[in-house]
Amino acid sequence: MSARERAAEAAGEVRDPEMPMLTLADLGVLRGVEMERGMDGGETVVAWITPTYTGCPAMATMRDDLVHRLNDAGFPRVEVRVVLDPPWSSDWISERGRAALRAAGLSAPGPARRASGPVALTLGPPRRAPDCPRCGSAATRLTSEFGATACKALYTCTGCLEPFEHVKEI
Amino acid sequence: MSDDHGSIFDGLIGGDSSQWAFGTDFEDPLAGVDTTVPEGVAHAELAAYCLMLGDDALIMSQRLSEWCSRAPDLEEDIALANIALDLLGQARLLLARAAAADPGVLPALPEGSPVPAEDALAFFRDAGEFRNVRLAEVPNGDFAHVVVRLLLFSVARLELLERLRASTDTVLAAVAAKGVKELTYHRDWAARWFLTLARGTEESRRRLDTALGALWPLLPELVATHPVELSLARTGVAVAPAAIGAAVDDVLDQVLAVSGVPRPEPGAPDGPAGRHGLHTGHLEPLLADMQVVARAHPGGRW
Repeated sequence: MSARERAAEAAGEVRDPEMPMLTLADLGVLRGVEMERGMDGGETVVAWITPTYTGCPAMATMRDDLVHRLNDAGFPRVEVRVVLDPPWSSDWISERGRAALRAAGLSAPGPARRASGPVALTLGPPRRAPDCPRCGSAATRLTSEFGATACKALYTCTGCLEPFEHVKEI
Repeated sequence: MSDDHGSIFDGLIGGDSSQWAFGTDFEDPLAGVDTTVPEGVAHAELAAYCLMLGDDALIMSQRLSEWCSRAPDLEEDIALANIALDLLGQARLLLARAAAADPGVLPALPEGSPVPAEDALAFFRDAGEFRNVRLAEVPNGDFAHVVVRLLLFSVARLELLERLRASTDTVLAAVAAKGVKELTYHRDWAARWFLTLARGTEESRRRLDTALGALWPLLPELVATHPVELSLARTGVAVAPAAIGAAVDDVLDQVLAVSGVPRPEPGAPDGPAGRHGLHTGHLEPLLADMQVVARAHPGGRW
């Protein structure tokens, strides 16, 4: 296994601090891992991450977790860089990530709306209709578009009466 | 202290940084992002423009944060805090972009101060150096007030960011592309509440009308064009707000029509204002509150 592959594997194990059932790779926040040779001949691991939301307060924690995991894996020189373009989309959450969300009682996002062109005003409730991740009922009701973190909305299942979180489409 | 356990503060001074998320030099939200200014673009103009958009987001975010624990119910409290956080994130990138484009915008700080550029701009400028529109700075009122304020603000900002996605400045284009997704949620939240309050009770309608009457006169400033915007629009960096005026009217008319609220009389443009550093008397107390701790410790590490 090459150094880059070992670094990518180590970085790929780092979990999201807010949704620890997901790795940063499954969330689509980890955008790439490369090796860069410095002028002194030493190699640095460069990991690229992108915020889910611009104000995501977990970026510093993600960066630190990546640095420490890579240090532990035998890479003393690590640099974490931000990539802003293209912006993160919930479509980037992997199948494995979606399964992990459901297993943890969260509802996974549907397809995101297209990002180009004028944005239509939505005065009614959003068109998405998530099933309850606990009992599977399709009878669910939006409580709030803004949940405990910027990336989640709050729902209530009218079948089993349990509240649940839905990862929003963006 | 001389016992074996030492001071409980030992871990805070030097030592192993691995237990801390902060203070580990990841303060630049643009770390690793190419901040080269496009050719032919005046650095000072780009910085001034980023301050306008960044200050709008920062001051609006501060006002929305004041709602924390005061909203009518928990869900709306969290919604307002979420919206404030999105705008704070936009402000961080835009202020960092301003400083990267022209370090001349940074206020003077003591030699060796560890304060990062975005913090220097947020915490060490005086009111006259802020470039936000006055709509962002006027004090909070009741819930109808924040609904109307956020509706006017998010309608204009979303139209602006939609067009700014095509900016020739790649950083601004990226911030805009991300911001459009966020503002879509903000605008929908404000518009749905506007409709709810307009068609709710007599009292909710009365409060909505009062808020609309108070804030509508501040709308023209959001679509007035500053010379820097005009100049930067020529190189495709900026969007001239005059270009979004009609689109802003369209969206607001849709919301007003569905809500059964007559369109208020247009406010008259009243010359230089927030974009020129001319603010209401309300900005200074807001800044005093926001800046006091940072200013008391200009050498502090956070």
